[in-house]
Amino acid sequence: MGISLAEETFLTDEFLRQLIDVGEVDILIGVPTHNNAKTIEPVIQAIQVGILKCFPRERAVIINVDGGSRDGTSELFAGASISDFQHASKFQTLRTLHSISTQYPNGPEAGAALRTILAAAELLRARACVVMSPDSTTVEPDWIQRLTLPIYKENFDLVTPMYRRHKFEGLLMRNLLYPMTRAVYGCGLREPYAAEFAMSDRLAADFLATDTWSNDLGRTGPEMCVTTRAITGNFRLCQSFLGTKVPVEGASTDLVAAMRRTVGVLFSSLDDNFQLWSTTNGSHPVPTFGSPAQVSLEPVSVDRKRLREMFASGVSELQPVFRSILSSSTLTELQRIAAAEDGEAQYTAKLWARTVYEFAASYHKSVINRDHIIQALVPLYRGRTLTFIAENENASAEQIESSVECECVEFEGLKPYLLELWNGGK
Amino acid sequence: MEESETSMREMIIGELTQTMQGLARGFAQYVPRLIVMLIIVLVGWAIAYIFKAITRSILRLTKFAKLSENAGATQLLKQAALPSSTELLSSFVFWIAWIGFILLGISALGIGGLQEHISRFFLFLPRLFVALVILFFGLLAASFFSRATLLAAVNANSRSPRLLSLSVRLILVIFTISMVFEELGIAEQTIIIAFGVAFGAIMLGLALAFGLGGKDLAREFLERRLTRERREVKENELSPL
Repeated sequence: MGISLAEETFLTDEFLRQLIDVGEVDILIGVPTHNNAKTIEPVIQAIQVGILKCFPRERAVIINVDGGSRDGTSELFAGASISDFQHASKFQTLRTLHSISTQYPNGPEAGAALRTILAAAELLRARACVVMSPDSTTVEPDWIQRLTLPIYKENFDLVTPMYRRHKFEGLLMRNLLYPMTRAVYGCGLREPYAAEFAMSDRLAADFLATDTWSNDLGRTGPEMCVTTRAITGNFRLCQSFLGTKVPVEGASTDLVAAMRRTVGVLFSSLDDNFQLWSTTNGSHPVPTFGSPAQVSLEPVSVDRKRLREMFASGVSELQPVFRSILSSSTLTELQRIAAAEDGEAQYTAKLWARTVYEFAASYHKSVINRDHIIQALVPLYRGRTLTFIAENENASAEQIESSVECECVEFEGLKPYLLELWNGGK
Repeated sequence: MEESETSMREMIIGELTQTMQGLARGFAQYVPRLIVMLIIVLVGWAIAYIFKAITRSILRLTKFAKLSENAGATQLLKQAALPSSTELLSSFVFWIAWIGFILLGISALGIGGLQEHISRFFLFLPRLFVALVILFFGLLAASFFSRATLLAAVNANSRSPRLLSLSVRLILVIFTISMVFEELGIAEQTIIIAFGVAFGAIMLGLALAFGLGGKDLAREFLERRLTRERREVKENELSPL
């Protein structure tokens, strides 16, 4: 078992000892945690049942990588037992299912957690490395199979999830990440930022060797970095339908942080991969296992007045910042929409795509501090969300799908504009 | 009588001749120094011009214009109808270098009393340079932090984002200017006192404004924090990812 020097330096001796005790495995499931005591047990139980049910002959290990929880998450992980799970007695193990836990220093950091998981996967020579979110309250044992099989049996390198979501959940994904990734890289991944995903040993080793870990974006948003690396590194990608995704009650939905770890990474990836994306035309569908993305349509109450206020005040207050980022025509149009009465003006998909591309080009040129550019996009995203909600208030699942498709077409159609901006125009 | 007139004339002529000879001797001694001074000034001009060209190239290579734009300096210069920051700084280097050479040339003339002033000027140059560096980075920091405050306040839906941002900029600019004056040694005591008074007044004003004007807001904030009451914020209930 070859242990590289880099791995030796950041994995603790105790963790290395635990890994050596485990020996080689076929499947590694990593669960990065930080104060997830409320949700960790059912997730671990579902993972355990998933392995026993679908991979009884494979050598597997579940690794909990904790960022210094103070609510007993690690203890709950260690104590989680399959016997608590409904119908658990049906499944019998042919191999020992290992569960080990480690803590990394310096507080919670998604990059450090993923790096530890990937280093462990490389050391244990796992063929498939699955990362599971600790707060997926709707996780089912079958999710493990749906994420792992494409790698195990079909030789894919990255499996991203697709969920059944409420039509107004995951709007950053539907309104920006999916359309832009598809338009720029030509890759129609529905969830470019995945909380649950699986990687092959090839992609894991390749990603582990990159310098992602040394920059802020890699440390805070490694999930998006994995996707862009897989796309630009010519790895085989697919997506697999998992099931219903429900946001955790009371979980932080910090929009600025979410933007940083997704949009920031996507914009940043354009710098390094200009040759690839500038010559990519159109888009191609990604192989999909299971049913396509689904939406649920229950009515939800959204405070539109507050959304509108935040959008309008953002456009008005951030004018000096927008003047450095946006073209005068886009800014004028935004000011007109922000000043209009409710429902009188719409933040259209075309204008949104134009806005996003102008932000991406300004990010590339670093017209102001890059983090400030990402933060400045937040009020505009709220404006687009408002229009999306208004347009699709009574929309069916098909209409939502059609609306997202229209958005993708707008992004694809405006790609030459992005190239023009990239090459110096404004 | 005639003799005395003749001797007087001779004396005057003699004195005049001596004076003229003295002047000619003095001038003869002075001319080389003047030539040296002119040479120093001319060579200094050429060297200063080279310095200007080098400075301009370095500033362009290091994308100083962008940095200056970020600092808000470009906007200030535009408003004052001044040339670009790159041009201004390279011209500044040219003039400082050339004035230095001119003073060096003047000192070559050996005029008593000027030496002390010239050496004082050369001793002042490093302080001037440090003051300019402080001014530039102070403006850069003021621009960065005021924009960061503006963005954070807008995204947190604060009531007066521009006021907050402007306050941050104002405090940092006042702080920078006081540091610059202190470095230059101009009215040091006055500036320190003025800064103390101005800063204290701003802080007192803010304390009064927040204490009196925002007491309800503060109570609401504390109640929310201490009772862990969750705000009904529908917008945040929509998960973006």
